[in-house]
Amino acid sequence: MAIKKEIDSAKEWYLNGFEEFKSKLNGQTKTFFTELRNDAIDQLGKINFPTSKDEEWKYTNVSPLLKNNFIPANLINHSIVDSTAVDSKIFKGFDSYLLVFVNGVYDSNLSNIAELPEGIVVDSFNNVLKTKPELIEKHVRAFSKTNNAFDALNTAFTTDGLVVILSEGKILEKPIQALYLNGNNENTVLSSPRNLIVAGKNSQVSIIANYQAVSENPYFSNITTEVFADESSVVDLYKIQNESMKAFHIERVETYQNKKSVFSHYNISFGGRLVRNDINTKLDDEFIETHYYGLYLGSKDQHIDNHTYMDHAKPNCESNEIYKGILDDSSRGVFNGKIMVRKDAQKTNAYQSNKTVLLSKEAKIDTKPQLEIYADDVKCSHGATVGHLDDTAYFYIRSRGIPADLAKSILIRAFVSDVVETLKIEELREQINHLIFEHLHRVEI
Amino acid sequence: MSEDMKVVEDLTQSEYKWGFITDIEADEAPKGLNEEIVRFISNKKNEPDWMTEWRLKAFRHWLKMEEPKWSKVNYPEIDFQDIRYYSAPKKKPQLESIDEVDPELLKTFEKLGIPLDEQKRLSGVAVDAVFDSVSVATTFKETLAEKGVIFCSISDAIKNHPELIKKYLGSVVPYTDNYYASLNAAVFSDGSFVYIPKGVRCPMELSTYFRINASDTGQFERTLIIAEDSSYVSYLEGCTAPMRDENQLHAAVVELVALDNAEIKYSTVQNWYPGDKNGKGGIYNFVTKRGACRGKNSKISWTQVETGSSITWKYPSCILQGDNSIGEFYSVAVTNNFQQADTGSKMIHIGKNTKSTIISKGISAGRSDNSYRGLVKVMKNADGARNFSQCDSMLMSDTCGAHTFPYIEIDNDTAQVEHEATTSKVGEDQIFYLNQRGISTEDAINMIVNGFCKEVFNELPMEFAVEAQKLLAISLEGSVG
Repeated sequence: MAIKKEIDSAKEWYLNGFEEFKSKLNGQTKTFFTELRNDAIDQLGKINFPTSKDEEWKYTNVSPLLKNNFIPANLINHSIVDSTAVDSKIFKGFDSYLLVFVNGVYDSNLSNIAELPEGIVVDSFNNVLKTKPELIEKHVRAFSKTNNAFDALNTAFTTDGLVVILSEGKILEKPIQALYLNGNNENTVLSSPRNLIVAGKNSQVSIIANYQAVSENPYFSNITTEVFADESSVVDLYKIQNESMKAFHIERVETYQNKKSVFSHYNISFGGRLVRNDINTKLDDEFIETHYYGLYLGSKDQHIDNHTYMDHAKPNCESNEIYKGILDDSSRGVFNGKIMVRKDAQKTNAYQSNKTVLLSKEAKIDTKPQLEIYADDVKCSHGATVGHLDDTAYFYIRSRGIPADLAKSILIRAFVSDVVETLKIEELREQINHLIFEHLHRVEI
Repeated sequence: MSEDMKVVEDLTQSEYKWGFITDIEADEAPKGLNEEIVRFISNKKNEPDWMTEWRLKAFRHWLKMEEPKWSKVNYPEIDFQDIRYYSAPKKKPQLESIDEVDPELLKTFEKLGIPLDEQKRLSGVAVDAVFDSVSVATTFKETLAEKGVIFCSISDAIKNHPELIKKYLGSVVPYTDNYYASLNAAVFSDGSFVYIPKGVRCPMELSTYFRINASDTGQFERTLIIAEDSSYVSYLEGCTAPMRDENQLHAAVVELVALDNAEIKYSTVQNWYPGDKNGKGGIYNFVTKRGACRGKNSKISWTQVETGSSITWKYPSCILQGDNSIGEFYSVAVTNNFQQADTGSKMIHIGKNTKSTIISKGISAGRSDNSYRGLVKVMKNADGARNFSQCDSMLMSDTCGAHTFPYIEIDNDTAQVEHEATTSKVGEDQIFYLNQRGISTEDAINMIVNGFCKEVFNELPMEFAVEAQKLLAISLEGSVG
């Protein structure tokens, strides 16, 4: 089988490149992470990249990704990214702490994290690992286990990422904006950021992870994000992904929630030739709330795959999920959402909805919402719809003298508003809206 | 434990009422499976060479296949060499009237509450009774013959209507389709054949009662129903099985073909032995059911009430080839004790303006697992396809599981597809409301469960709806509802 050959050659490429990568780690080798890194490369040697035979990858073929030989970011010379590039990519209109990562590596010159309140760490993974590893060791170790090749690849080749740690009772008023600028004009680069967010008891934080391209060359963003939300904490994580149309983008978000915590994940997906998100949350105590909001916009020949997993392990929790997609041209969407309610998780209240609009004859969606329930006193429901823009609504708008393209835009705006309106940072909404119409090449309203 | 829960518990633990073994001499094949056995079965049934060849091809293909493992059911590995693939009642009478039927057999049907003669006289239902693997009595043949309807056992059809069998057998479920369908093609013992000619509306509901009898005999029925242009038929299939300890494999194949403007309604009440309270014994029910809406404006409707079997694994499907064709699936699946059910439907939209509906109600109790697994697929050229799916689950204990795994694959922008699923338990507020109006908790639960399933029961023919409610009551409530 062709894919078998690609898997083998991709594995060989990364396994062979590992020694050279390790030699340029700049002092990280002395940290506890080396052990995890070595385990991960061993693991990568043993397992294979997924194929369509794996149920979780049934609709997503990664062979176009495996055909490329991506070079770890620390082995290449970075083209200079200046502040104008940063300025054109960040979200504006509100105060924020800014961290800039170029191909996954922190750039302190472009960042601005001055005046952080006491008891809050916002820094790069590399800095924390070298100076205060004890802050992150417990969490990084707890999350590191994996049986997924892309995960192992991240652990083996990561050098940096975002670290946010809030101690008990700390509330960060301004959101954190992490800007990831990816791509390199000379090389096909592998960017492997590893993000860790630890919210202590009664703390609150809001983070915008913004993935953008600075090159038209193909590259691969392979991201792992880990979130630990302790008792009664509130964490909002906005992911806005606008990579280049030649980029490959894979992220796993692993969240562990403690009693009464509230976690909201916003996943807005614009760019990327092949995109895969795995968003997993374990609700491991009582009275937890989890919200997932997703929006995926496909155009040209994009392939966008979102996998979500809500693991209700304890009673009295609530989860809510709304994913909406618009697919144009010959783009392809995949949605796979699973709600698991374990035996003890009585009084669980879980809701999931996935709605997709197909704008063109060539577009395609495969959706698979799942419920797996082992407790009886629960309220769980899911819904999925696929369709086109409402003909009667369209006719109604047209009959009021509104031109065809504008009428369509009105319907698109109405459709996405369910998700866009949930963004708690008001200033983000209009900027996201603008990106939606830009990405779909439609008249903006 | 609250009073309500206790009642639920008591109700869900009633025993399988219809377990008994009938004493009839059986003509059996030795245990095991090889080409010889396939030839033996074919020979026993006096089949023509082309049929034997077809069986052998299926058998050779089966050897190359692997047992599927993807479903959410657990069972000890099946030793296919430890099964007897053929067993027929020794006397196979060619009967004209009901009086000539083996009295032993008639008693069996009486115990089931469906006396053949009663049915013949009162209900106007023609019964092709399959006892073990060979059909023994067929009634109302003359009435049907007048209309040109062919309703006979599939063995008879192979002998008497080879041209139809050659054309349609395996055309919906080819012998290469899946592991159990291949096995069935190789060793099928008997089943029903229905042919409705052009423009005929079948004057009565056709019905078959299946029973598994002789020990260690897998049942491999094969049913083929063909509805020619502008015809209509409603077919009922119902099963009960005697109580017994070893697991029995049941791998049936049902093929439906509907041509232009034809309609087939296929209803099933399945009550194979589900195993005892500890999960011992019970039937493995691995069935391939598929209907092809070949013609324009054709319609196939599946209705099933699944209360039996220790493992149910089946997905009645519709291939909507003809433009404007319609596929429907209505299902109630009840699992109790250690029963496992992995069932649902597949709707493949190929023609233009095709419509499909899936209504699935799962009720789990005891330590059972009940999964809905389904597929809605809209192909590239299926303009204007429409699907509505609704899958509701009800949980009656804190040790059972209810799962939903729908697959939705849409390759056409004019399609409109909706899926929704809910999971809940019998509400304390609902029970309280009914109690308050003087209805006992037992009756209240009965009412709520029946209300939950009503959408599906409404689709069943009258005779079946009554039996289905009875079955539901027995499976869950211990008293006739």
